[in-house]
Amino acid sequence: MAVAVAHGAEAAELRRAWHRSGQRRRLVSLLLVAPLFLYVLLAFMLPIGLVLYRAFENPELIEAFPETASALSGWDGGEGLPPDPVFATFARELADAPKRATAEAARRLNYEISGFRTLISSSARKIDSIEPAEPSAMRAALVALDERWGEPAYWHAMKRATPSYTPYYILAALDLRQDDRGDVVLAPEDQRTYVDILLRTLRIAAVVTLICLLLGFPLANLMATASGPFAVILMIAVMLPFWTSLLARTSAWIVLLQKEGLVNSLLARLGLIHAPLELIFNTTGLYIVMVHMMLPFMVLPLYATMKGIPPHFMKASASLGAHPLRGFLHVYLPMTLPGVGAGALLTFIVTVGYYITPSLVASAGDQMVGYFIAFFANTTINWGMASALGMVLLACVVVLYLLAARMVGIRQLAGLK
Amino acid sequence: MTRGNIVEFAGVQKSYDGRHLVIHDLDLGVRHGEFLTLLGASGSGKTTTLMMLAGFETPTRGHILMKGVPIEHLPPHRRGIGVVFQNYALFPHMSVAQNLAYPLKMRGDDRATIAARVEKFVHMVRLEGMEHRRPSELSGGQQQRVALARALVFEPDLVLMDEPLGALDKALREHMQDEIRQIHRELGVTVVYVTHDQSEALAMSDRIAIFQDGRIAQIAAPEELYERPASTFVAGFIGENNLLAGRADGSAADGRCRITLASGAEAMAALPHNRALPTAQVTLAVRPERLAIGRPAELLANRLRGRITDVTYLGDHLRAQVDIGGGQRMIVRKPVDQFPERPAIGAEILVGWREEDGLVFS
Repeated sequence: MAVAVAHGAEAAELRRAWHRSGQRRRLVSLLLVAPLFLYVLLAFMLPIGLVLYRAFENPELIEAFPETASALSGWDGGEGLPPDPVFATFARELADAPKRATAEAARRLNYEISGFRTLISSSARKIDSIEPAEPSAMRAALVALDERWGEPAYWHAMKRATPSYTPYYILAALDLRQDDRGDVVLAPEDQRTYVDILLRTLRIAAVVTLICLLLGFPLANLMATASGPFAVILMIAVMLPFWTSLLARTSAWIVLLQKEGLVNSLLARLGLIHAPLELIFNTTGLYIVMVHMMLPFMVLPLYATMKGIPPHFMKASASLGAHPLRGFLHVYLPMTLPGVGAGALLTFIVTVGYYITPSLVASAGDQMVGYFIAFFANTTINWGMASALGMVLLACVVVLYLLAARMVGIRQLAGLK
Repeated sequence: MTRGNIVEFAGVQKSYDGRHLVIHDLDLGVRHGEFLTLLGASGSGKTTTLMMLAGFETPTRGHILMKGVPIEHLPPHRRGIGVVFQNYALFPHMSVAQNLAYPLKMRGDDRATIAARVEKFVHMVRLEGMEHRRPSELSGGQQQRVALARALVFEPDLVLMDEPLGALDKALREHMQDEIRQIHRELGVTVVYVTHDQSEALAMSDRIAIFQDGRIAQIAAPEELYERPASTFVAGFIGENNLLAGRADGSAADGRCRITLASGAEAMAALPHNRALPTAQVTLAVRPERLAIGRPAELLANRLRGRITDVTYLGDHLRAQVDIGGGQRMIVRKPVDQFPERPAIGAEILVGWREEDGLVFS
């Protein structure tokens, strides 16, 4: 029984003494993890933070046309065109801005209205031909250069693109956009793609997780109950994919499953099929290969949980009159749930973010979010979109994790219980 | 099949590897309503015997009859035998009440019956107010009670207990022994109890079967085991005993014989059960508390002079080691007030015992 110290001063003294006594030990253990902590901070947390920051960062217009930007932010953005001085400032800055900055700004504006890039570049080329004039005359001069400068939509788009931070990318990743009045609305129907891609990604991950669970549960059970060399062989069989390069495994599957591949020629030789089956570069292929990749993520947590369930629970269930099947449903299955939760969550999260395998074995219509993130990051160099899609994916995973933690318990998910 | 036996093992053998027998030709009858303890060291076959009865192991040869019907191929869930496991095996994801309701639910009882029965057994093991707790929220003793109640709640005729008190501390264990005894008396259920703790076996059982290397060395009531062990093994296994090697001279009369100890001293001793003449090499067994010392010893037929080599004070009694010559020692245990004075190490002492307290084994 603990005896509480009655007096405040004594209690404070005790707390200080207790604190002092553990200080050195705590300091040493902190120092020991410091290198790892630093590494994680610099190599993991910082890049993730920077990438996420990119989803909101919006520097292009401010760099190219700083004064126009500040002038536009003063404009109320109502119906019609901005006041004349904005035209004059813009014309001056368009003429003076460095080529590179102008190109960046044009690219950024093109996200808002397709065709804006050519408008900027053609105007920039011709702007020198305009004689410097009164500010009131500059509007007419610009419109004369290209009549689109007389359309308010282009100026609204430019105004939306001027703040230092923009919700544009994150809205676009959810198939949303801001209209000219600044309200959030659905993107035009022909431009709505990302929600579909996201849902497809979640669906693929869910199906892969389910198949892995159905295949992995009996396997994990066999591993947990097998004895001696058989258990070792099973364990190696499960771990083997982990020891082989991801790319090698994916290529091997392509060789196996392609039209002239091993599987098709075997089936044909056995007379089971007359025409080769389409097993790769489609949804079937994606599921076959992804399930193989993900199986260890499901089996290992299941195995760890099952290994911790002593056989006497099922014996007790039988002695109490329960048929083995009912014992399994009422006793064994509930006890494996933490493993099912951890395995399913792990499989799902890893699948949702998978990139290489789907990009190699799936058809164009089966590509997952990871593919588009890579597309924006590598091909179009649109870091804003790449980051925003990454953020949406991260948010999905976090929400899922919180849900699972609520249902199964976070300590069990973390394997602490 | 004997009348009054609920379970009968007939020529049961068990081998796990096809080469070695862990149970040799077991013949054992469990009487209706009795408290039978299987006692033995680990690996003696007592737990295997229990597990065969519960249905978790199958006999390699022979039959197990329950109420006259062979059950060796009946799966455990159809035997209707309650089992209390060593580590309780309470279902961790169910409350106390759900654990108790489980066997009733499996039997298809209706809700009202289940609720009433659960309440009755919660009351019996005095866990009122704990019905909705999880096993992990209970103390060891409380978990033990839940396990007990769960094995009894479906009112089986037979309950098996596999070292159920092994995980409890001494005081709690003794308390639970009383409680299990009382429940056994109240319900009239037959109990087969496995333990390696001989004092637990003596305290609880109607009969004890002592297992030695896969065989039953002796099966009898506790008193008979203690007073008339059938072999040196049993004599040494149950309680403390002085086992002295000696030679029998071949003469025997009136169930007694004369033996010569290693020191050359002679003693008369009783022949147990088998009244046959012992062979030349024999063992004499005398209980430490049956030895008299000092003046009372002078009046007894068997007397030896010895030297005290060690004394242990145990509160309610003293335990002394006495060197009786010929490289042999005897233990003497007496209440403190029966020692004439606090014995000193190295002091000479006379020990004696009645003829009928010395038992001879070949």
